[in-house]
Amino acid sequence: MLDVTTKKKLVVIGNGMAGIRTVEHLLERAPDLYRITVFGAEPHVNYNRILLSPVLAGEKTLDEIVLNPLSWYEEHGVKLRTGEEIAMIDRRTREVVTAAGDRTPYDRLLIATGSNPIVLPIPGKDLAGVVTYRDIRDVDLMLEAAKKHRRAVVVGGGLLGLEAANGLMKRGMETTVVHLVDTLMERQLDKTAGDMLRQSLEARGLRFKMPAQTTAILGETRVTGVRFADGEEIAADLVVMAVGIRPNVDLAKKAGLHCERGLVVSDTMQTYDGRIYAVGECVQHRRQTYGLVAPLFDQAKVCANHLAMRGFARYEGSSVSTKLKVTGIDLFSAGDFAPARDREEIVLHDAGAGVYKRLVIKDNRLLGAVLYGDTGDGPWYFRLLREGADIGAMRERLMFGETQQSAAGHDKAAAMPDNGEICGCNGVSKGVIVKAIAEKKLFTVEDVRAHTKASASCGSCTNLVEQLLASAVGDYSQAPKVKPICACTPFSHDDARRTIVEHQLKSLPEAMRFMEWSSPDGCHVCRPALNYYLVAAWPGEYRDDPQSRFINERVHANIQKDGTFSVVPRMWGGVTSPNELRAIADVADKFNIPTVKVTGGQRIDLLGVQKDDLPAVWRDLNAAGLVSGHAYGKALRTVKTCVGSQWCRFGTQDSTGLGVKLEKFLWGSWTPAKVKLAVSGCPRNCAEATCKDIGVVCVDSGYEVHFAGAAGLHVKGAEFLTKTATEDECVEIIAALVQLYREQARYGERIYKWCDRAGLEKIRKAVVEDIAQRKALFARFAHSQVFAQVDPWRERASEGAAAHEFAPLAEWEPA
Amino acid sequence: MSAFLDIGGLEDIPRLGARVVNVGAGKIAVFRTADDQYFALDDRCPHRGGPLSQGIVHGRRVTCPLHNFVIALDSGEAVAPDQGCVARHSIKIEDGRLRLAVNQTASA
Repeated sequence: MLDVTTKKKLVVIGNGMAGIRTVEHLLERAPDLYRITVFGAEPHVNYNRILLSPVLAGEKTLDEIVLNPLSWYEEHGVKLRTGEEIAMIDRRTREVVTAAGDRTPYDRLLIATGSNPIVLPIPGKDLAGVVTYRDIRDVDLMLEAAKKHRRAVVVGGGLLGLEAANGLMKRGMETTVVHLVDTLMERQLDKTAGDMLRQSLEARGLRFKMPAQTTAILGETRVTGVRFADGEEIAADLVVMAVGIRPNVDLAKKAGLHCERGLVVSDTMQTYDGRIYAVGECVQHRRQTYGLVAPLFDQAKVCANHLAMRGFARYEGSSVSTKLKVTGIDLFSAGDFAPARDREEIVLHDAGAGVYKRLVIKDNRLLGAVLYGDTGDGPWYFRLLREGADIGAMRERLMFGETQQSAAGHDKAAAMPDNGEICGCNGVSKGVIVKAIAEKKLFTVEDVRAHTKASASCGSCTNLVEQLLASAVGDYSQAPKVKPICACTPFSHDDARRTIVEHQLKSLPEAMRFMEWSSPDGCHVCRPALNYYLVAAWPGEYRDDPQSRFINERVHANIQKDGTFSVVPRMWGGVTSPNELRAIADVADKFNIPTVKVTGGQRIDLLGVQKDDLPAVWRDLNAAGLVSGHAYGKALRTVKTCVGSQWCRFGTQDSTGLGVKLEKFLWGSWTPAKVKLAVSGCPRNCAEATCKDIGVVCVDSGYEVHFAGAAGLHVKGAEFLTKTATEDECVEIIAALVQLYREQARYGERIYKWCDRAGLEKIRKAVVEDIAQRKALFARFAHSQVFAQVDPWRERASEGAAAHEFAPLAEWEPA
Repeated sequence: MSAFLDIGGLEDIPRLGARVVNVGAGKIAVFRTADDQYFALDDRCPHRGGPLSQGIVHGRRVTCPLHNFVIALDSGEAVAPDQGCVARHSIKIEDGRLRLAVNQTASA
């Protein structure tokens, strides 16, 4: 451990959520790097500012919203100086100076001064009984007023104003909301949703005056009323100004740091002075300022990374979604939904049921979503929006939510995929929560909060977490798909793969070292993934690491529940011969293979083979010309065919021949997940090509290529890709498609999932329309096949490869 | 505990790999980590009897190939929250050879 005197000094100005979250991340990554001092103007420890509304409404107590108690600061050696305001930053001597003149030196400075509420510059703004809504002190003032007084006016019909009004109403005050325009929350809602919200708040007892401009606050010493531009006056004992916030950049400006609306920072959260970082509401990043918690936490992560001297993370801006924290009102809004000429809308409005949904689409991408009354699909829409997913293929069903797309679900949480976000504040996916529930034996929402931070910020997702708790306990069925590859790394699949390619990383140890893997040799999750990315990136150069292959791919057979293996030789296009069948029968006899079964992919499975027998079994099969069918791998499996024009009276083309040709060209290739093909000789589609990863349906005039079908965990009809006139073009497009899939999909991701993410149109452009790109993809595929098309069975049966796999180390007979 | 038997050379097991020693009707899995530590456990996962010798070795752990139970190689214990324990056997290195003492109370 470093001595205190040699540690660098980090000073944090601001004891709020963004600053402290940064410190938390920093302590996780580099606990001994800095001596940390935090200055807070408020006399409190760090509390959850988003939960002020529930405190005001009497649903929570102050103690319940404390995020970091004093003991946390002590435990982590963080020096907290509350109630001390910093008056100046002296960049020349690298010191911060308090109002009392006390100087504290820094090596690195973090500015997290947040924002100030905007106070309207109108007469009476300084009267007693006029408050803003920003911190604990404001809440205290409001609670005090609610005890003694009756009438409240809230100026501002945005998120904060409505939450304040709701809280005051719950505390027994007659509350009127004054809003400048005629739509509540006009930045998050359109007119229809705003009107529905207003009606439902009116039904609860809130009053509204809008559109109305407040021109004066009346009273001598204490507020007595409010006057509007139209001359009307209403009586009031309390006025809450909730008209907006403004980044608090006074200190930064005085220190000569470049500020516009906010303190301008780079993608690494540094200001124009590289020693000075900034996060939170005071910051302006790529011209955006943020007032919601999720972006602040994203920034905190990146900033902590950089402070910890791990420079790889970048903050690239956030998409934000909004939920109103008024119990009983379901409202969700995300993205941009202003009407424009190049945008289209899908609207569902059921006034009787109080449900309204509006989706805004541009170029087959979801641009914005407003949901009122039924917000269950909010997280799903938000995910489509953030990922820029191509929604062309699901457009007609888009409005009906995720459960209507493919798999049916029982409740909202159960229907979400593992990478679906439950907690938008902390970016916690369902997979992480389910994993934590299972792994850490969690039973209560509080437990989940403690372990995953899900629902620990705004709490709007509490009911989803409860659904997960109810349904997920005891569920081991699936390894959850989380954003980082696994616990060994913060890198996502996409980041890891991009880094491997960009930095020319050509071995597993090299890749793990470069990306600073937290475990010396990874785990059973990340190693196979990285191994695949290396195989795909460096054909012929990378030496496949057998110890990073799952057993099936390592020994080229499928492990069974009793530890024996199954063997499936390739039958090209599902065609076999008496000789091959005889060889299979002889092998089954010779090695006492208990079960011989026909598979769903038109071939024969020999089940129950002892591991030690595998090379001998393969040798006999090889002798009859049979090679590995890769039934065990994330690789090309089968090409199912019908008999086509050779025999069938309806056949339009030689579907069997095309199937054989495709299989001969594609076999041996490693892919992100298994790949199954089929070729049907006519539109009757006896080979069921339209539920395969890739399927061809022959017609009289050519070949229809379909892809992204599924008929397993999910059932999904394939998408039509294109139609070709010739077999050669058909093969070329399919090879290009497989190569694009190999280069882009995440390890374990089937083609249909990849297509959802990457977008049908983009894929079509790359492999059909852009001939140059198609040819390039085809060439890369053909190149990689030079190294891939080696029968792994022959290597092991006749060439002695991996002999140690198939023989015991020793035998010992106990006496 | 039986006497130590010679079961092979240090390089007979690949790094991050495992091999089995047949002991009568049962099997013992012998693992080698990245830093050349050797461990011996019954080749039966406490979960559903999966062959641990066929799993992926990482750190001081092995992941069962059947249902991804993770077992600590040094203790034979399943890593929390999984539960269960598999019998250990003693391994020592002498004259550059691997020697195994079978813990007969545990092994079939």
